[in-house]
Amino acid sequence: MRHIISVLMENEPGALSRVVGLFAQRNFNIESLTVAPTEDSTLSRLTVTTFGSDKVIEQITKQLNKLIDVVKVVDLTEGDHIERELMMIKLKANGQMRAEIKRTADIFRGQIIDVTPNTYTVQLTGASDKLDAFIETLGTAHIMEVVRTGVSGLSRGEKVLSL
Amino acid sequence: MEQLSGGEMVIRALKDEGVKHIYGYPGGALLHIYDALFRQEDVQHVLVRHEQAATHMADAYARATGKAGVALVTSGPGATNAVTGIATAYMDSIPMVVITGQVMSFLIGEDAFQETDMIGVSRPVVKHSFSVQNPEDIPMIIKKAFHIAESGRPGPVVVDIPKDMTAPTDRFDYEYPKSVKMRSYNPVSRGHSGQIKKAMDMVLDAKRPVIYAGGGVIMGDASAELTELAQLLNVPVTNTLMGLGGYPGTDRQFVGMLGMHGSYEANMAMHHADLILAVGARFDDRVTNGVDKFCPTAKIIHVDIDPASISKTIKADVPIVGPAKHVLQEMTSLVKNSKKQLEKEAIDSWWQQIDEWRGRHGGRFRTDDSDKMKPQQVIEMLSKVTGGDAYVCSDVGQHQMFAAQYYKFNKPNRWINSGGLGTMGFGLPAAMGVKMNFPDEEVVCVTGEGSIQMNIQELSTISQYNIPVKVICLNNGSLGMVRQWQDMNYESRHSQSYMESLPDFVKLAEAYGHVGMKVEKYEDLEAAMTKAFAMKDRMVFMDITVDPFEHVYPMQVPRGSMRDMWLSKTERT
Repeated sequence: MRHIISVLMENEPGALSRVVGLFAQRNFNIESLTVAPTEDSTLSRLTVTTFGSDKVIEQITKQLNKLIDVVKVVDLTEGDHIERELMMIKLKANGQMRAEIKRTADIFRGQIIDVTPNTYTVQLTGASDKLDAFIETLGTAHIMEVVRTGVSGLSRGEKVLSL
Repeated sequence: MEQLSGGEMVIRALKDEGVKHIYGYPGGALLHIYDALFRQEDVQHVLVRHEQAATHMADAYARATGKAGVALVTSGPGATNAVTGIATAYMDSIPMVVITGQVMSFLIGEDAFQETDMIGVSRPVVKHSFSVQNPEDIPMIIKKAFHIAESGRPGPVVVDIPKDMTAPTDRFDYEYPKSVKMRSYNPVSRGHSGQIKKAMDMVLDAKRPVIYAGGGVIMGDASAELTELAQLLNVPVTNTLMGLGGYPGTDRQFVGMLGMHGSYEANMAMHHADLILAVGARFDDRVTNGVDKFCPTAKIIHVDIDPASISKTIKADVPIVGPAKHVLQEMTSLVKNSKKQLEKEAIDSWWQQIDEWRGRHGGRFRTDDSDKMKPQQVIEMLSKVTGGDAYVCSDVGQHQMFAAQYYKFNKPNRWINSGGLGTMGFGLPAAMGVKMNFPDEEVVCVTGEGSIQMNIQELSTISQYNIPVKVICLNNGSLGMVRQWQDMNYESRHSQSYMESLPDFVKLAEAYGHVGMKVEKYEDLEAAMTKAFAMKDRMVFMDITVDPFEHVYPMQVPRGSMRDMWLSKTERT
């Protein structure tokens, strides 16, 4: 099953490599990973999506917690949560495809953020499956380039991951 | 406030941490630190002949005392040579602080002379590591390094110091921090009382309980607490390879080591148990055998300081995260104050069953199938001559298993071996590390002619510092454990497990200024060993010829249950 694991960690050199190294070393899978400092510049927030049995996920959270640089770990998928991913997708936009891409982007609430005579670049935000659906709808034939940030997420309501 | 250079701060911080000996090897990146070392007398440095030995000496000091050992190695090859020793300590959860030199900070990343990314290279085998970015941080980093290494589940910590951080011209205020607080690291100090109570209710309901205790009891200084609880309950105790000595080896309730080469009675008791109380052990593959067949009728209580060890391979019914010492104390007091007690009849009949298993095999070995001495006989003799009271530092292979099976350890911290990583070459430097800190104790290195040659150069260090350890080399002329597997699984095709051109170990020992002895007959063994141990101030190398065809038994059948064992070359359960 897919899990979104959020990690609050010291914003120290080498901290990210310890997390990534742990996944490689223990044969855990990483589907996406995103990391940036928080409002407190001494802390970074890392989000990793991974697949695994309950036993594997339990090990992942425990092993992450063991890292000295890691302050807190939460498996967001254990409760109600919000997840978002941002994608920028560059498409061949010629002839009637120009209007088609615009329409599809509107339906998906995407924005065209760069235009040339032959290309559109669409920015799209949402849960990962929405981004997948956009790609599927337009078909790979028109896609020139895709870049995705990986998933970020947090719990709904009052629940927070902080010190 | 006192002004010190970075190099001086390193040595002073070690002194302030109470470090007496450090083990190391100088090099370019460490010259400032070695100069600071030269100009003081509090911290004594031991110059090894290879950095791996420095880490094993520091590691063994930690295993014998519970306090972090310290190694000091230079950048590049010095650091990479230390990696095996760091990994050895990591696998066995041994506290150690390894200080590595690094090239000047402005050269990092430029493939400078003797540059290695030590933080990267060591990352998978350290509990944590630090890279010094400002000389002023050195005292706090060293304080944190010791704190992390020694607390919680112990482990090795690397401190990587670029040469310019130690420059003698740059001086800073020095004060060694009294305490350390880290928001991201707070190891548990006690177990959850509710869980402990639940566990003890379950224990007192058991009819066939077993205590399975590992290295956590040794490093957690909980041997006395384990013994008290076990004797109060009158239940059988088995120790892992790492846990030997955690419960007195000659006590009636001790059923021996468990696992791949565990005793028949220990493995049978585990398999048939209805309750397993695991303390400071991690259910590793050399213990469990096939996990799907592991102890089918047992409920499992797992006490460990590291939550990640619990339910990693075998699911625990009652997990308890906490230090063994505290949890065992609380368990004992619960039993003492409980109206409920173990059902006497059930326990009596459980003991009857265990004693019957004990009688059926009981660690016997044949002496009539060869005219050569048996390795087991040598260990039994060693146990006799040293009164079961020596520090036994082992290398890795058949001799390690024979030592674990036949030396009876009655005290903790006396059995010192590389259990997790299985590092050949560990034994000799380990014995040196122990002997330097316990000069009045008997310290033995049990080894084979394969392992000893992996760090034989340390015979020179022994001469320099006069470290009178005793080496018991079980010489069977082959890599015995490899050969045993080849006998059992590869129709005796002995691929590369035979060593031609062995040195004359007696002459070799003498060349380094030590005493060498060769023993070929069992009749001569006792006299020779007694003589060797009587030479209190000399290092003695005993080259003992043993039967090359001997195998270690019992041996679990791969992927079977705990009770599936070979008991001899022809006999299977």
